[in-house]
Amino acid sequence: MLHFDTWKRVLIWLLCAAGLILAMPNAFYTRVEQSNDARAVIETGMTTPELEAQAGQWPAFLPSSLVNLGLDLRGGAHLLAEVRVADVYENRMQAMWPEIRDVLRPERASIGTIRLQPSAPDALRIRISQPENMARALEVVRGLARPVQTLSGAGSTDIVVSGDGAEIVVALSDAEKLASDDRTVKQALEIIRRRIDEVGTREPTIQRQGTERILIQVPGIGSAAELKAIIGTTAQLTFNPVVGRGSDPDASAGVGNKILPSMDQEGVYYTIEAAPVVTGEDLVDAQPSFDQNGRPAVSFRFDTTGARKFGDYTRDNIGAPFAIVLDDEVISAPVIQSHIPGGSGIITGNFTVEESTNLAVLLRAGALPAGLEFLEERTIGPELGADSIEAGKVATGIAFAGVLIFMGLSYGLFGLFANIALILNIAMIFGLLSLIGATLTLPGIAGIVLTVGMAVDANVLIFERIREELKTARGPARAIELGYEKALSAILDANITTFITAVILFAIGSGPVRGFAITLGLGLITSVFTAIYVTRLLIVVWFERRRPKTIEV
Amino acid sequence: MRLRLVPAQTSFDFFKRWRLWLGISGLMMVVAFGSFALRGLNYGIDFRGGTTIRTESTTAVDIGTYRDAITPLGLGDVVISEVFDPGFRADQHVAMIRIQAQDDQEAISAAMTQTVEDALAAVVPDIKFVSVESVGPKVSGELVQTAVLAVVLAIGAVLIYIWMRFEWQFALGAVVALIHDVLLTIGIFSELQIKFDLAIIAALLTIVGYSLNDTVVVFDRVRENLRKYKQKPLKEVMNLSINETLSRTLMTSLTTLLALIALFVLGGDVIRGFVFAMIWGVIVGTYSSVFVASAILLFLGVKRDWSKPDPKNSGNQFANVDA
Repeated sequence: MLHFDTWKRVLIWLLCAAGLILAMPNAFYTRVEQSNDARAVIETGMTTPELEAQAGQWPAFLPSSLVNLGLDLRGGAHLLAEVRVADVYENRMQAMWPEIRDVLRPERASIGTIRLQPSAPDALRIRISQPENMARALEVVRGLARPVQTLSGAGSTDIVVSGDGAEIVVALSDAEKLASDDRTVKQALEIIRRRIDEVGTREPTIQRQGTERILIQVPGIGSAAELKAIIGTTAQLTFNPVVGRGSDPDASAGVGNKILPSMDQEGVYYTIEAAPVVTGEDLVDAQPSFDQNGRPAVSFRFDTTGARKFGDYTRDNIGAPFAIVLDDEVISAPVIQSHIPGGSGIITGNFTVEESTNLAVLLRAGALPAGLEFLEERTIGPELGADSIEAGKVATGIAFAGVLIFMGLSYGLFGLFANIALILNIAMIFGLLSLIGATLTLPGIAGIVLTVGMAVDANVLIFERIREELKTARGPARAIELGYEKALSAILDANITTFITAVILFAIGSGPVRGFAITLGLGLITSVFTAIYVTRLLIVVWFERRRPKTIEV
Repeated sequence: MRLRLVPAQTSFDFFKRWRLWLGISGLMMVVAFGSFALRGLNYGIDFRGGTTIRTESTTAVDIGTYRDAITPLGLGDVVISEVFDPGFRADQHVAMIRIQAQDDQEAISAAMTQTVEDALAAVVPDIKFVSVESVGPKVSGELVQTAVLAVVLAIGAVLIYIWMRFEWQFALGAVVALIHDVLLTIGIFSELQIKFDLAIIAALLTIVGYSLNDTVVVFDRVRENLRKYKQKPLKEVMNLSINETLSRTLMTSLTTLLALIALFVLGGDVIRGFVFAMIWGVIVGTYSSVFVASAILLFLGVKRDWSKPDPKNSGNQFANVDA
């Protein structure tokens, strides 16, 4: 008859208890949050009596995971950036020119003179004066190609070399472009993460979306513009040989060179070699400091390869000017006074203390490998979030109370059982949300309210069924049993179909929509669980104690 | 005394004029589609790109002043509207400003937003910008595709699930009802020109889920009664099934509506459109499970010989997995 194995009873109560305990921290949100923050600081080694007191606000033996509040509830900034992966191709090709020149030089006897020709940014065109020996030239350049690891395992190389009349065309292969795109986005993601961590905000979300996009969400930050200032600058630092200096930005630079403006001297333009001697990637450290005149500067140190390249170049070019270039602007172009062997140096410019500190941070975090294009940006003020939470709380409370009263009036004692299950249901949703570290958004609150309304559906189905079965008068125990049995297929079908839509929403949606899908989906699972197990157990326990001859549902 | 929404025993004839109801539903779908085609939806920036700025100040919003401040900037189509909500404080005056996507750029410009903010701050000194959202045209196009894909996928998945669990006639009935609900919701959004953004897509899918929930409960009972009363005409079986589940249908719709109305009134203006879509969906979904889904089932007819005594030989292998 109405039988429930003991282990099942225990398991059901345990699950309910677990839900309640996991949900509990959310009832004391601010206190737990302060305590968690304080603990995190203490863990880093710093501790003060104040921090200890804050940490002690919430006992360590209790769970302390909280539901994350989404940007629309807490306020903060959201950015969707697209990495301009093609930027990298250009740098790659430019860096390749000296290499190609070096392998072709010994062949000058057969191929004649070699000259770099203007070309598309992601390719190099090199004209040779004796095209009849093109085959030899191609062979030599092809020798520079390196194999690319691809998923298919096919033997591709990183560059494609072909002959076009008297010109050698070198371009990146498709396989290499794919691999390079992936590397670029991963690198950009890592660097954005480091930069945001340097600023030290709470729980930023930095995710890759699709192949070329990065989603950045930082709660508590003032505006998207502020966030962009932190991550937006590429901070691409290079050291290039200077060819000349002038005041005409449109002057002909010569192949392999480019003209860049000076950062602090208006109207001054430098012509520099496009291929850098060393880049910011060779840096191991950068610190804000002051030069001998007490002006803010940034001191830096190269790694061993960087130091060797820098040392060799300064040794060979004493007396020549040398440009320090940041994001396509020449910070300064000092003349090399002597051989600099140690691999460390100092950048001076018209910096303020703040600028030099920021520049050091950016250099330390590394340069973004490519530029970012912002496709979407949202700023939500904390006041709006607080208003939304307040409104959400009130609405959920009223909705909850309304449904509880309505169920009690309609089903009496059984309604009370359903209400207990509903309360447990909400606790379990919050418990699960905290456990998986999900983010609660405004539509997510709507999802919970909707669950409150729909969660009773399973119980309503069962109770209505029990009412019907009571009419056939085979005794209350049998009616309850049949009610559960017969309502089950409708409950499952109805909830599975809704669950399918929640899964699709989760898979395709983003941001708030996804938050809604999570609460809706979890709500379905917990409401089915509470309806088929919790209310049933409550009814069974009651029935065993009372053994009523008749029941009224 | 218990609260009863309907008497314990009802015998309404839901299918007396089922062709008429089906006709009315069809007509409403045409009207909704017509409204959508002629008036179009009032798309939010998620779908058309652009910028919205939500402002708050302690002084009353004077749209004329706002407009005069922004017009000289030459940003094209700018919509300014005041927002009202019973939850606002007495000195809380909120306005929404929507600026169209600027033609000449793929990405969005922080500088443009800054100019607008500066211009407004010059005329309304205590103005605060509580939220600023910009979506570039590149993303908004994709968002439209994803949204349409989500709705189509959801309906497709449901079609397959019901087909597996019931029969194709049931699946078709349920799906037509879903399309009916989605169309009518889009129709009312275009007719009332309520802002249609990404959250509304979530609401649409919830409507799909809810309406389906309702339809499946009715269908489940029809399936059961078809097995029980093998000789009864389909029309009577369906009437009986709907009458039997009527109490449940109304109970659930009412509790859900109760919760949603609380959210609609008290939940703040940010999600009001979203909640409105769901309230509308619950009403339309409840209606459609009887007068569209069931009516279509009646129209298509059901193969009656699949409810053989031995469930293992029944026409559908998945029909009894949980019984």
